[in-house]
Amino acid sequence: MRIFWSLVRRDILLAMKRPTEVLTGLFFMVIVASLFPLAMGPELNFLRRMAPGILWIGALLSSLLSLPRLFEADYSDGTLEQLVLVPSSLPLIVGAKMLAHWLLSGLPLVLLAPLLGLQFDLSSDVLLSLMLMLLLGTPVLTALGSIGAALTLGVRGGGVLLSLLVLPLMVPVLVFGAGALEAQMGGLGIQAHVSLLLAMLLASCSLSPFACAMAIRLAVE
Amino acid sequence: MLTVDDLSAKKGRLTLFQHVRFELLPGQWLFLSGGNGSGKTTLLRILCGLSRPEDGRVLWRGADVHQAPEQLHQEMIYMGHALGMKEEMSALENLRFNAHMMGLTFEPITTREVLSSLGLRGREHLPLRVLSQGQKRRVALAKLLLYPVPLWVLDEPFVALDAAGLSVMTQAIEAHLGREGALIYTSHQRVHINAPGQEVSLQA
Repeated sequence: MRIFWSLVRRDILLAMKRPTEVLTGLFFMVIVASLFPLAMGPELNFLRRMAPGILWIGALLSSLLSLPRLFEADYSDGTLEQLVLVPSSLPLIVGAKMLAHWLLSGLPLVLLAPLLGLQFDLSSDVLLSLMLMLLLGTPVLTALGSIGAALTLGVRGGGVLLSLLVLPLMVPVLVFGAGALEAQMGGLGIQAHVSLLLAMLLASCSLSPFACAMAIRLAVE
Repeated sequence: MLTVDDLSAKKGRLTLFQHVRFELLPGQWLFLSGGNGSGKTTLLRILCGLSRPEDGRVLWRGADVHQAPEQLHQEMIYMGHALGMKEEMSALENLRFNAHMMGLTFEPITTREVLSSLGLRGREHLPLRVLSQGQKRRVALAKLLLYPVPLWVLDEPFVALDAAGLSVMTQAIEAHLGREGALIYTSHQRVHINAPGQEVSLQA
């Protein structure tokens, strides 16, 4: 377990040393979410209806932006092959990298979301469920995306290929994440959506490290 | 200790080497020679369990490396062309991370001593990207001096080292062999190591 936390700490330390990479994704989200209200005019009913979709698309694209770099740096400087040689299970190591990636790109989105939601005149209980859904959904985006990131390691123009590979897999997260907010604004409960996202979270977080580990073994071979 | 049995490797359709066999005993070195593209790096990567051979087996203490790599990985340090060190982090941060990855406790005082013995005094806290190639090699070398494991697999360990660095490196190797360790390395430089060993040549 020390290997796990040591790797999480190292990735956060590295991100602190080059903050632009983390901030790019966040700024992207802020820009997307702020441009829509400006472009579509101040009609509140319309903004409220569009908000869930826009905020979720912003979150999805912003996480896609940071995914190609998840393993890339470690791959090119030889750290990844050293990690394969660590006498510990590779899925655990991959899990640590995924957790660090979520802490750096997913969690800030969750914390930032209510602020952005204010621009769409969302009520406080909708803002709360927006945070909850992002809290459940962004780890799924990281988990699915890291499979793509591992598969496209060392491929030229891998970023585009990565988006093509993982976007279809991320659609259910988008549908249920945004659907929950719409349901709540329509006066319905969000429990079904929460359960479904939670199921996706458990499935993707438990299976994805194994898929990534296999892809990484192939990449360093 | 390490037995290589009838090993063959291919890259695409090209056969790199065939029927390579040797045995490495404790306290011995093995020098892998051969021209550019003769498959030296490939052979080293197969030995570590990173790549798979076309045919043949690698045994570490009797266990097949490609079926049960855990024991080998616990007892081996592999140093490839890429050093596996983070340019943004300092020598100390890199070595602390390495120690944790190997399941060892990080000892700052010993690490500092080893770094100063390698001529890196005062540079322990600088990010690696401001160090020269040779100095980066010396940081990687500190890994070998700090964590005693029985097998060293070194791909071109003498590249970018100056005369002083070279003599530190050979002394480290001789001490390692004296502790009943074993070493496999490739190099385009002939270095005299004062210990029993063998040369295996790969034809291109």
